[in-house]
Amino acid sequence: MHIVYLDHAGATPVRPEVLEAMLPYFSEKFGNPSAVYDLGAAVKDAVEEQRAKVAALVGAEAKNIIFTSSGAEANNLAIKGVCLARQQKGRHLIVSGIEHHSVLNAARYLEKFHDFEATFLPVDKYGRVDPERLAKALTPATVLVSIQHASNEIGTIQDLPRLAAVCRQAGVPLHTDAIATAGLVPIDVQALGVDLLSLNGSGLSGPKGIGALYFRPGLRLVPQIHGGIQEDGRRGGTENVPGIIGLGRAAELARQELPQRAASLQKLRDRLVTGVLTEVPEVIYTGHPEQRLPGHASFCVEGIEGEALLFMLSRQGIYANTGSACASKALKTSPVLCALGIRPDLAQGSIVFTFSSSNREEDVSAVLRELPAAVAKLRSFSPVWRKRAAGGAA
Amino acid sequence: MKFVEQCPADASADLIYRVCPMHLLEPMELIKDLKTGQVLEILTDYDGALEDIPAWCAKHGQEFVGLCEDTEQEGCYKLYIRKLH
Repeated sequence: MHIVYLDHAGATPVRPEVLEAMLPYFSEKFGNPSAVYDLGAAVKDAVEEQRAKVAALVGAEAKNIIFTSSGAEANNLAIKGVCLARQQKGRHLIVSGIEHHSVLNAARYLEKFHDFEATFLPVDKYGRVDPERLAKALTPATVLVSIQHASNEIGTIQDLPRLAAVCRQAGVPLHTDAIATAGLVPIDVQALGVDLLSLNGSGLSGPKGIGALYFRPGLRLVPQIHGGIQEDGRRGGTENVPGIIGLGRAAELARQELPQRAASLQKLRDRLVTGVLTEVPEVIYTGHPEQRLPGHASFCVEGIEGEALLFMLSRQGIYANTGSACASKALKTSPVLCALGIRPDLAQGSIVFTFSSSNREEDVSAVLRELPAAVAKLRSFSPVWRKRAAGGAA
Repeated sequence: MKFVEQCPADASADLIYRVCPMHLLEPMELIKDLKTGQVLEILTDYDGALEDIPAWCAKHGQEFVGLCEDTEQEGCYKLYIRKLH
């Protein structure tokens, strides 16, 4: 069976060029970058080359990039590291209510164990944070704001330059989780106005288990992994060298290919969206219709459960997602969709398709062929839907 | 312990929250870029630096100008080194 993989927000295959770059660092180039002899020094040089490539992807300088074990660790380091470093100024932070769990739970950790107060900012029906609302939430005790660049569940891209202007006026650093956007949307930390930015390898068609954090020069962070002087004393632990090499190569390729990649993904995405909204009755397109990730299409389908729909599609070789892996595994209603004001029963019908450069027009055709039939079949099993179709109240 | 008031500096190394021995490694690099007679300021929250940095200066023939508490950051210090060669 031909596989149609449309869950690139969840995981991406490592590109052959990336894997090829990584392989020597598992074997002959195995030295510890902290070692002073040649075998270690050569690896250290290679690590620093990758740091420059990651920095170039986001318009930063290499010395302001810290390698981490994941995007989640980068988010944790940004939030806990900056809040703890600035706690003499105050113990209040602001995050949007639709952040990834690595942001939300880092904020809750600070509340529970460090006497911080966190404000979870609401969003509009498209998932966007209103700059005026952010301005009103700032207090003299606010030491950090964290607002994602884009949501991997609804695809919406935030207006970071406007949000950053609000933070700058108040003298509060702004962190953004750019895991969903790095490599898909042009990123320049100066133009965005952000003080910290997280990304990871998997989002760039690189390896899992590697991430990076950009921090503005002069911004202090309390280390969250205590150890040696790796990462200039900001993050202990012997470096994941193959992962760093993979992240660097993936960042280099992403930077070179970004304009063409974004255009081709958007074309596939737009055809899918038009097709689904035409072919499947009673579906809503979630997230912002224009300010969204180029290869991201998310819907809520009336009268079905997203999990069941995923199962039906997977039997036809089509792999998609319901959005939040954590919420979907626990069969909980997505907090992101709830934050948009979507009814809980409709939110249960969430389905998310995310493309990469490996996808083709045939993949869209396969979804448009299988999805309407799968939805119709599931609805035929639903007494609620049958009653509704017969003219009764749902 | 040699104390000074705030001292004008030509360069600054912010080592606050960064682990030992970054308080020695980074100043060793930065002082290479200074001219003879110029002063490097070191910001640190590491108590051990109060002994290590004067000792490093004595060993490497640089002048330890002195130290003061950082009035902007509780529990932190500023140390000053003048480059002699």
